[in-house]
Amino acid sequence: MARHMTGAEMVVEALKDQGVEFVFGYPGGAVLPIYDAIFHQDNVRHILVRHEQGAAHAAEGYARSSGKVGVLLVTSGPGATNAITGLTDAMMDSIPLVCITGQVPTHLIGSDAFQECDTTGITRNCTKHNYLVRRIEDLPRILHEAFYIASAGRPGPVVVDIPKDVQFASGAYAVQKNIQHKTYHPQLKGDLERVRHAIEMMAAAKKPIFYTGGGVINSGPNASALLRELVRASGFPITSTLMGLGAYPASDTQWLGMLGMHGSFEANNAMHDCDLMICVGARFDDRITGRLDAFSPRSKKIHIDIDPSSINKNVKVDLGIVGDCAHVLEDMVRLWRTGSHRADQAALAKWWGAIDGWRARKSFGFRNSDKIIKPQHAVKRLYELTRGHDVYITTEVGQHQMWAAQHFAFEEPNRWMTSGGLGTMGYGLPAAVGVQLAHPKSLVIDIAGEASILMNMQEMSTAAQYRLPVKIFILNNQYMGMVRQWQELLHGGRYSESYTDSLPDFVKLAEAYGAHGIRCSDPTRLDGAIKEMIDTPKAVIFDCLVDQKENCFPMIPSGKAHNEMIMAELEDDAGIELENVIDEKGKMLV
Amino acid sequence: MMKTLTAPPSPYSSATIRSSIERHTLSVLVDNEPGVLARVVGLFSGRGYNIESLTVAEVAHEAQLSRITIVTSGTPEIIEQIRHQLERLVPIHAVKDLTLTVRAIERELAMIKVRGKGENRVEAMNLAEAFRAKVIDATVESFIFELTGAPQKIDDFVSLMRPIGLVEVSRTGVAAISRGQEPI
Ligand SMILES: Cc1ncc(C[n+]2csc(CCOP(=O)(O)OP(=O)(O)O)c2C)c(N)n1
Ligand SMILES: [Mg+2]
Repeated sequence: MARHMTGAEMVVEALKDQGVEFVFGYPGGAVLPIYDAIFHQDNVRHILVRHEQGAAHAAEGYARSSGKVGVLLVTSGPGATNAITGLTDAMMDSIPLVCITGQVPTHLIGSDAFQECDTTGITRNCTKHNYLVRRIEDLPRILHEAFYIASAGRPGPVVVDIPKDVQFASGAYAVQKNIQHKTYHPQLKGDLERVRHAIEMMAAAKKPIFYTGGGVINSGPNASALLRELVRASGFPITSTLMGLGAYPASDTQWLGMLGMHGSFEANNAMHDCDLMICVGARFDDRITGRLDAFSPRSKKIHIDIDPSSINKNVKVDLGIVGDCAHVLEDMVRLWRTGSHRADQAALAKWWGAIDGWRARKSFGFRNSDKIIKPQHAVKRLYELTRGHDVYITTEVGQHQMWAAQHFAFEEPNRWMTSGGLGTMGYGLPAAVGVQLAHPKSLVIDIAGEASILMNMQEMSTAAQYRLPVKIFILNNQYMGMVRQWQELLHGGRYSESYTDSLPDFVKLAEAYGAHGIRCSDPTRLDGAIKEMIDTPKAVIFDCLVDQKENCFPMIPSGKAHNEMIMAELEDDAGIELENVIDEKGKMLV
Repeated sequence: MMKTLTAPPSPYSSATIRSSIERHTLSVLVDNEPGVLARVVGLFSGRGYNIESLTVAEVAHEAQLSRITIVTSGTPEIIEQIRHQLERLVPIHAVKDLTLTVRAIERELAMIKVRGKGENRVEAMNLAEAFRAKVIDATVESFIFELTGAPQKIDDFVSLMRPIGLVEVSRTGVAAISRGQEPI
C-alpha cells in the first residue's frame, strides 16, 4: 500500500520499516527536512554525536555488537567529509552501515555551492556502494536497497546522498520487502563438490590448523556455533585474526590464541609448519602473513570466503570455496559426521605435541612488577575482575589494543570491537557509545591509549547526554607507544614526536564531562580501582598510569616469517636490542 | 602471451613469484547509471592495475546496459583479481575475460592524419590501399585515413605513416566480442 509523503519522511519511514532503533547523526542545512521528520515521530531514536566520525564509529559499534545494520545521518560538505574515516573503517572491516548524507539541491550540484562536496565521488572507493538520489521516485527503492547491499554478502558501508530538493519533494512510498536486486546476488552456499574435497583434505591431514577471521563473526552466531562443532569434531587446533576473536572460545584447549604480527608463538609456528590450513572468513592480510614467500610454505590451503576476490588475492590457495561461512560450515559439519571421517589420530597427537612445545614458551608472558603497573597486568586484572559480568570490549589503536587482544579472553562472538583493517585511533570511545546503546545493561569498556582517546574525546559528551555508563580504561604510557616501539625498531630509538606532552588531567576531564574519574599508578591498588570503576553506575574515565617503556611482544618484525618472532624473553631490563631486527627491505613496510 | 616481464615486487614478499605479464581483454556489462564508469576506472587506479585501452557505450537502450571493454595487463593472478574486483562492484552484470575464451574478435577504429607531397603522397595512398584504409578527408598536402582492424594492424599502419609525415592519430580503443551464438 503506497502512501504519499515527502522525501524526508520517506527516509524516516524506511528506517522504521527496516527496524532501525538508533540513528547516529549531526544536523546541518542540507538535512534539516530529515531532522524535521525525525522530530515528528518516535519510532527511530536519534543519537546526537559530537563529530560525524563519532557517528560512523558509533554505528559500527552498534552493528558489530548487535549483528544489525548501523545507521548514520550527516549533513552535506563537512558533515560528509568528517564521516569518511568511519566509512573507510567499516569498508576495511566489512561492517554493515547505511550513511545518509544531505546534499545541496540538484540544481546547485556542480556549482561549488555552500557546503557542497562531491560526496558520491569522494566515497566511491571507501564504500561498498553509493547513491546520489536525483528523483523522488527512486528514493524508496534506493533506501531499502541500501540496507540490502550493506548487509548482503560481504557487508560494508553504503552511502545514500539526498539533495535537499528531493527531501522536500513528495511522492509515493511503499514498504519494500525481499529486494530482488538487478545485479547483486552473493553466493551463500558453497559448491558441494568442493566442500567434499575439503573434508577429504581434512581427513588426510597430519598437521592441520583452522585459521578463522571476522567473516565468521559477520556470518552470525550460527557460524560461530558451527565452527565450534567442526573444530571439536575434528580435534584440530584453531587460531584467529584480531577480527575473529570470540568466534571460538578462548578458554578451550584447542584454541591457540590470535595469530599474526603480535599473535602467539604457538599460533604462528603452527601456521608456519602446518600441512593443511583451513581458512574460514579471513583474508590473508599482511599483518597475518608476514613475509609472503615464507608464509606457511609446506601447507595445502583451503579458503572459505563469501567474497570471491579475497580468494587467491594475497596467497594462492589449493581449494577456494565461495560461500557464507555458516552455510559452508554447516555442510562441512554434516559431511564430516556422516562420512564418519576421522582425523589421523596418531599424526594429530604428534602435531599437538609440537604445539604444546611452542605453547610452553608462554609467549604472552611478561615480567610483572610490584612497583609499577605493567600494561599487560592491567589488562589481565581487568579481564579477571570483569569475568562475572556481561562484558563488551572496544579498543583504540596501538600497543594497548594488542595487549587487549592478547590478554582479554573472549568466549563469544560480537563481544570484541576493534579497528582492524584501518587501525583507526579514536575508534573505541564512539564505538563503545554504539555498543552501550545496543546493550544498555551490559558492561562496556573501551581499552584505550592516552593518545588515541583524545582523537574522539568529544564523544564523552554524547555518553553524558544519553547517560551511557561506558568505561574508558586508559593504559596511559604518555607515549604513542606503538610508534615509539617502531622507532626503536627502525630509527635508532629517536622518539620523534611520539611523546605526548601536556596531556589533560583525565580525572578532571571526566568530571568536566559529568563522568567519574579514577587514577591509579600503584599495582597494589589496581584491583580496588578497577572494582570501583565496575561498580560506578555512570561513565568512567580510568587513567591507569603504566610502565612507559613496555613494548608489545611477541612480534613478527616486518618482512619476516612466522617462525622468526621476537620474544619478550629476549628483553633484559635495559631494553631489547631492537635496532637490527628488521632488514633494509623490511623497513619499507608498514 | 605477450611480453615476458616480471611482476612488480610485492613489498611483503622478497622473492616475488615470477610469472609473466599478459595482455587481456575484459568485457564488462554494466548498468548504465551515473558513476558506473568512474567506479570501474577508480577501481583500476585505486588498486594499481593497468588500463591499456578502455571503451564504453550503451549497448541496450531499453535495458539500460552499457558494455565496457578494457584492455589490461598483468600476471594471470592479477588478471583474475581484476575480474573478481570488477564483479564485486554492485552495478555490474557480467565480466568476461575474452582473452581466455580464445574465440574473441577485437576491433579498433583509428583516424590518421598524414601530411606529404609528391612521392610521399603516392606512397601513403599505396599503403592505405594495402591496409584497406579509407580516405575520409583530403587537402592538397594531407590525408585523413580511416582504418578499422585489430589494434596491431593499426599500430603497423601508423608506424608506416611516421616517416611519410604522420601528424596525429585518434583511436577509439578496442571493442571486442566473443564468437559464436552465446552472449557474455
Ligand atoms: C588516526 C590515526 N593516526 C595515526 C595512527 C598511527 N598510530 C598507530 S598507533 C599510534 C599511537 C597510539 O598511541 P596510544 O593511543 O597512546 O596507544 P599506545 O600505543 O601507547 O598503547 C599511532 C600514532 C593511527 N593508527 N591512526
Ligand atoms: Mg600511549
